Amino acid sequence: MPSPQQAHTANTDTRPPCYHCGDVCDGRDIAIGEKYFCCNGCKTVYELLAEKDLCDYYAIDEVRRGKSPLDSGYSHRYDYLDDESIMAQLVDFVDGNTRMATFRIPSMHCSSCIWLIERLNTLNPGVISSRVNFPRKEATVTWNAAQVSLREIVILLASIGYEPLISLQDVAEKRKHVTDRRLYYKIGIAGFAFGNIMLLSFPEYLASEGSIDPVFQFVFRHLNLLLSLPVFFYSSSEYFTSAWAGIRQRYLNIDVPISLGIFILFTRSVYMILAGTGAGYLDSFTGLVFFLLIGKIFQKKSYDALSFDRDFRSYFPLSVALREDDGEHNVPLTRLKVGNRIVIRNQELVPADAVLLRGEANIDYSFVTGEADLISKKSGDRIHAGGRQVGQAIELEVIKDIEQSYLTRLWNNDVFTKESHGRLSSMVDRISKHFTAAVLLIAFGAAAYWAMADPTLVTTVFTAVLIVACPCALALSSPFALGSAQRIFGNNDFYTKNTDTVETLARIDTIVFDKTGTLTQTRSTHVRWRGPVLAEDERCMVKSLLRQSTHTLSRQVFASLAGDVTHDVDAYREIPGHGIEGTVDGHAVMIGSAEWAWRDTADPVDAGSTAVYVSIDGTPRGHFSVPNLYRDGLQPLVAALKPEYDLIILSGDSDREAARLRSVFGDDVPMRFQQSPEDKLAFVQRLRAEGRQVMMVGDGLNDAGALKAADIGISISEDINTFSPACDGILAADRFAVFHRLLAFSRTSVGIVKASFVISFAYNIIGLSFAVAGLLSPLVSAILMPVSSVTVVAFTTAATRLMARRKGLR
Amino acid sequence: MYVMFVLIGFSLLVAIIFLVVFIWAVRSGQYEDQYTPSVRAIFDDETRKKSKNEESSKPDNQEQRSTD
Repeated sequence: MPSPQQAHTANTDTRPPCYHCGDVCDGRDIAIGEKYFCCNGCKTVYELLAEKDLCDYYAIDEVRRGKSPLDSGYSHRYDYLDDESIMAQLVDFVDGNTRMATFRIPSMHCSSCIWLIERLNTLNPGVISSRVNFPRKEATVTWNAAQVSLREIVILLASIGYEPLISLQDVAEKRKHVTDRRLYYKIGIAGFAFGNIMLLSFPEYLASEGSIDPVFQFVFRHLNLLLSLPVFFYSSSEYFTSAWAGIRQRYLNIDVPISLGIFILFTRSVYMILAGTGAGYLDSFTGLVFFLLIGKIFQKKSYDALSFDRDFRSYFPLSVALREDDGEHNVPLTRLKVGNRIVIRNQELVPADAVLLRGEANIDYSFVTGEADLISKKSGDRIHAGGRQVGQAIELEVIKDIEQSYLTRLWNNDVFTKESHGRLSSMVDRISKHFTAAVLLIAFGAAAYWAMADPTLVTTVFTAVLIVACPCALALSSPFALGSAQRIFGNNDFYTKNTDTVETLARIDTIVFDKTGTLTQTRSTHVRWRGPVLAEDERCMVKSLLRQSTHTLSRQVFASLAGDVTHDVDAYREIPGHGIEGTVDGHAVMIGSAEWAWRDTADPVDAGSTAVYVSIDGTPRGHFSVPNLYRDGLQPLVAALKPEYDLIILSGDSDREAARLRSVFGDDVPMRFQQSPEDKLAFVQRLRAEGRQVMMVGDGLNDAGALKAADIGISISEDINTFSPACDGILAADRFAVFHRLLAFSRTSVGIVKASFVISFAYNIIGLSFAVAGLLSPLVSAILMPVSSVTVVAFTTAATRLMARRKGLR
Repeated sequence: MYVMFVLIGFSLLVAIIFLVVFIWAVRSGQYEDQYTPSVRAIFDDETRKKSKNEESSKPDNQEQRSTD
């Protein structure tokens, strides 16, 4: 085997990927032959699979990403599943020893997962079968209760990395599925009636007046009537209920003209058949309902796919500090697992339900509840996802999987929604309000005209107008185009709060940059200590204090300092714009700006760097000099942004960097130095008062005020949990260089929305003019209507993807 | 000519049978998940391939792994 060998020699200096989950291994200690694993859990899963001859698992998906399983210690967590009453709630079906239950498994993500979960019976012979519903992330397992218990199955799933999400609220979810099926029944019945009515209407289509045997005619027409009854009373019922609900709230929604059209078409046909004056329009009526429902299902499916992607595929590009035996590492949120110990610093958000292990927790649940009260927690207390720590750093153990959809919901909590609503969506609201009234007016006007000109056409024209002029396409274009744009942003590690954000991004004319942590990198290399050498325990004290803070500089210095975090910190305070202080091991330690920490102005030694001053017990001890390394690609980014946007720099630092910044940004970019967070906030507000559309780019936690005040606040995320209600977008730091492309793309997608407005208006105007002229049968308009929605949805999604590829986005 | 009614009856009956089959299909959950079965179909193939020539397929897989 020459090629694997080669690959290995080439890989020797880099760390190998884990054979099971694909993550980078820390070393080569855990291995079986040439296969390396990142942890013992992954190795165990591999051994389990190898033993049962299930190694095909690794060959199914090219992107080999098994789920790494839980660490040990979960065996007792599920003891409650042996409880009879809990079991009864979870089990769907009991017959003798055969039990069946459906588990939600959010961690399944690829076809390998399906393959493995469906082979549970190989792993445990007590399992009779298991079947996966991938779109819903569910697995239905049937087992023999004599051989294996519910608890053992859950542990088996957890041990191979697919821990089920067990909640007793699942019962409520099941009800939702029933409504889904109803739409299919409705389509089936409408299609059945439509086909048969067409068949029975053939004689009417082909034969001339009076040439059909009257007995046949009578039977055919009444059969048609019979067939159309379930369509009217069952298949189209939701249009009527929706329209009626709208009318009761004194609001003409888009279902009003549709219901009116359906109603007129049906009652008129019934009257004609019963009175014996004609065959009616039952073929049109049933076809109309059939096509409307098909359009509806298409729309629903595309929308579900979009929101699924948003909730499960594109994750926030955020990291969290994981505490392990050998220190703290930053890992992406996605890799956070139950049982992990994490460190949450001042202002950071607790990403998943967790138990407090160490530290004084003061949790601010304003993210969840909107109430900004601090709740203090004791060690051992449970802290819910979405709480924000205020004060010193705390250590937590994660007890529940991270739920992206939950975080997204929190972010979109009404409490934090900015007052400015998307212009496009309010435009759609405005249009659709007048739209219905206008359509009704046109329909009645046309009917009145035809009543005089040619009474036989009145019903046709009236219903055709009502049906063809549907603002669906109009209403769909904006959510679909902006939703696809949001998905593309997500693929590029730029996570936006909602679709309104994408739209507002396109309007921005002024970009305000924060300097530290935004324009500069937060690498910890080259941090130097200037001053008398600190003793070992002093260094540990400084490090312990620095650990509490999320400020970029604190984190940089923290990472550069050798030694352990040995001390607990009391009376920790963070004064924005100045520094941090606390009592460590009985000593008062202050770290921050010269005026604050030293109560003195001092001249730092190194040019091109920011100085962080340290004093212990009021005595100045020296400063750390942190070099200002600008982010890669800053120069080209500035060059790309400058022609289109007004750039402004706000820095909390002194103006010693001005010359270097000028060399990157040029002389015409306004720069303000020594800005406190309040100054930044006031400055952004002033810009907005001038009528500018301001985007603030900062590091999330320390510029929260300015981020919130701006039209759009973007936080740059690098190894830090910057999830804050203040920001509207989170950009991964390594994508900073392509930020201008992302901005340009937001403009493109708004352009696509406008283009699709044009398309749907064109449909409406052309369709309406034909309908008013009496050239359009209700059936054709019923086909046209969903077709217009389909074109708009297809156009927006395809155009957005195409433009993204052209712009070099993933 | 009135034999037409018998024919129409039959055609309706066939149509109703199809409707019932459709409703059964929906009830049995075939429309719940239109993705997983497509993946499942591919798995069956792989296991069959593996049992046929187990020896040669293994190095193949490894080669694939080391390149990605």
